[in-house]
Amino acid sequence: MAGITGKDAVLSAYAAALEAPKGRSLTQDALRRLVANKAALVSVFVLVAIVLIAYVGPYFLPWAYDKIDWSSIRKPPNFDKGHYFGTDQNGRDLLARTLQGTQMSLLVAGVATAVSVIIGVVYGAIAGYFGGRLDAVMMRFVDIMYALPYILFVIILVVIFGRSPVLLFVGIGCLEWLTMARIVRGQTLSLKQREFVEAARAGGAGPFTIIFRHILPNLTGPVVIYATLTIPEIIITESFLSYLGLGVQEPQTSLGTLISFGAPVAEAMPWMLIAPAVFLVAMLLCFSYLGDGLRDALDPKDR
Amino acid sequence: MEKVLSVHDMSVTFSLHQSEVRAVSELDFALARGETLAVVGESGSGKSQAFLAIMGLLARNGHASGRAMLGDVNLIGMAPDALDAYRGRDIAMIFQDPMTSLNPSLKVRTQLAEVLVRHQKMDQARAHKGVIDMLERVGMPEPVKRANAYPHELSGGMRQRVMIAMALLCRPKILIADEPTTALDVTVQAQMLDLFKSLTQDFGTALVLITHDLGVVAGLADRMMVMYGGRAVEKGTTDELFYDPRHPYTLGLLHSTPHVAKRARRLDPIQGLPPSLEHLPSGCAFHPRCAFRFDTCFAKRPPLAALETGREKACWVDGPLQRQAVA
Repeated sequence: MAGITGKDAVLSAYAAALEAPKGRSLTQDALRRLVANKAALVSVFVLVAIVLIAYVGPYFLPWAYDKIDWSSIRKPPNFDKGHYFGTDQNGRDLLARTLQGTQMSLLVAGVATAVSVIIGVVYGAIAGYFGGRLDAVMMRFVDIMYALPYILFVIILVVIFGRSPVLLFVGIGCLEWLTMARIVRGQTLSLKQREFVEAARAGGAGPFTIIFRHILPNLTGPVVIYATLTIPEIIITESFLSYLGLGVQEPQTSLGTLISFGAPVAEAMPWMLIAPAVFLVAMLLCFSYLGDGLRDALDPKDR
Repeated sequence: MEKVLSVHDMSVTFSLHQSEVRAVSELDFALARGETLAVVGESGSGKSQAFLAIMGLLARNGHASGRAMLGDVNLIGMAPDALDAYRGRDIAMIFQDPMTSLNPSLKVRTQLAEVLVRHQKMDQARAHKGVIDMLERVGMPEPVKRANAYPHELSGGMRQRVMIAMALLCRPKILIADEPTTALDVTVQAQMLDLFKSLTQDFGTALVLITHDLGVVAGLADRMMVMYGGRAVEKGTTDELFYDPRHPYTLGLLHSTPHVAKRARRLDPIQGLPPSLEHLPSGCAFHPRCAFRFDTCFAKRPPLAALETGREKACWVDGPLQRQAVA
C-alpha cells in the first residue's frame, strides 16, 4: 500500500536501494580487529620482512655463510669488502651467517610448533571429550612428562639418533605439546557440555565426528594464540640447546649459536653479538605482540 | 493404528555418591504414526529425562531400564555406535534453546548437510541442495543466503527454524521437541507451532512435545500424558484432559494457567513444591499437595488404571472431580 502521500512507496524504494548488511564470518571479524591493533599489524609487517630478508637476502650478498675470507678475520663492518655486519673469528661474513641463522631458527620454530599443535590438539581433544578413566590416564602421562627435565630427553635423543636438525625440531615439538594438550583438554571439557554437541549427538554423530567437526573448529582461537606464543619459546629453547652445543652443527648456524659465540667477546667485538641479537629480539617481540593481538581479536568476550 | 514407538516399563535412575535417584518410574506409552503427544509436568517430573533416555543421551551417571521399541529394535541399552544409525534418521530431537544448540563456528549449510551426508550417504552437492529445500520448507526467508550465514547472524526464530530443519532433514518417524518454544518470543512461538503442525502432517512424523505450557498443548496435541514425580499420572486425549480432568494434579495444572476467555480472577496455583525425587512421599506422591486426598492416599500408591473410555489415571479418587473441592 502506497498510502495517500506515497511516502511508503518512496521509503520501500529507498530501503531496497540500501545495501543489505553483509554477513561477516568469525574469521573476518577477527581479522578486522587484528588489523585495528597497531602493534600486531606492525609485528606482522616486521615478521614478513624478516622472513623475506632471511630467505631472499643471501642471494644478493657477496659472501656465502660458510665462505672464509682470509683477509679479514674478526673485523668490524667493512662496506668495501662487502662485510656489512663484520666477520667472525673464522673470517666468515656475519650478515650471511645471521641470515642463515634466522632461517634455521624460523624453521625450527615452524616445524616444532606444527608438531606440538598437531599432537597437543588431538591428544587434548580426545582426553577431554571421552573423559573419565581415559582422560585420567592420558593427563597423568602428561604430568609425568612435565615432571621430567626436557634437557635430559634432548640429550638422550641426540645420543641415540645422532645430531640432525630434523630430530631437533621433532624433539622440541614433542616436548612443547604438553601445555597445548592441557589447554585443549580444558577447552574441550567446557565445549562438550554445550548444547550444540548434544544436538549433534542427537543427530547421530559419532564421537570422532563430534571432536573433529564440532569441537576443533571452536578451539581455533586458543590454539592459534597459544601457537604464536609457542614460537618464541621454541626459538629460545633452540638457542639454548645450540648454546649448549646440542643443536645446529657447524658450518650451519642458528641465532642461538651466533649469540653464544658473540656473547663472550661482546666488549672487544660488539658487532658479533649485536647483529644476531637484534634479529632474535625483533622476532621474539613481534611474535609476542602478534600473539597478544590474536588473543584480543579471537576472544569472543571482547566483542 | 500403526505404532512407531512403544515404551514399556521404562525407568531411569541416576546414581549419586551414596544413593540412587529414580527420575522416571515404570513409564508405559505408545506413539502412533503422525500423532502428536504432549508430555506435561512441572520441572523435575522426569519428562525430559524419559526422552533423553530413549535417545541415549542420559548423563554419565544415568541408567535406563525397560524397553523402548522403535519398530523391532529396542533403543534402551543399545551401544552408542549402533544408536547413531537411528538417531537423526528415525528419531530426532529439538532442544529448548536454539541460541546454544547450533555450532557457532560452522555455517548453517555445513551443519545441516552433515546430517544428510551421514545418514543418507549423499554427496556434498546434493546434500546442500537438500538443505536449501528444507530451509525453504520450514519457512526460512532467503534460504540460500541464510544457509551461508553463521548462527550468530540469525535471529532466535530463524535459529529455531534451522533446528527444526535439521531435525526433519531425514524425515524421521519421530520428532521429540523438548520445550521448543520456551526461549522464543510469543509471536515467534505461534509461528513455530503452526510450522510444527503443518510439517508433522506433511511428513507423517509423530511429534512428542515436552512442555509445561498448556497453551501449546491445547493448540497442537492429540493426546496428553501428565507426569508427576517420575510417573505418568494421567493419560488421555487432549480434549478429555482439558474438559474433564480426572487426576487432581491435571486439574491443578489447568487452574494454574491464565485463561483469556474467562474474566480475570486470581490464579489458583497448586500449593507446595514438587517433591524431591530422593525423598518421594509415601503412597501417592502427590498427596501432600492434593485437595482431594483421603487416608488411602497416604498409605498406598495408586496404580495407573484404565478408565471406561480408554483413558488412564493413577488416583484413588473416583469419578469426575468437582471444582469446589479444590477451594
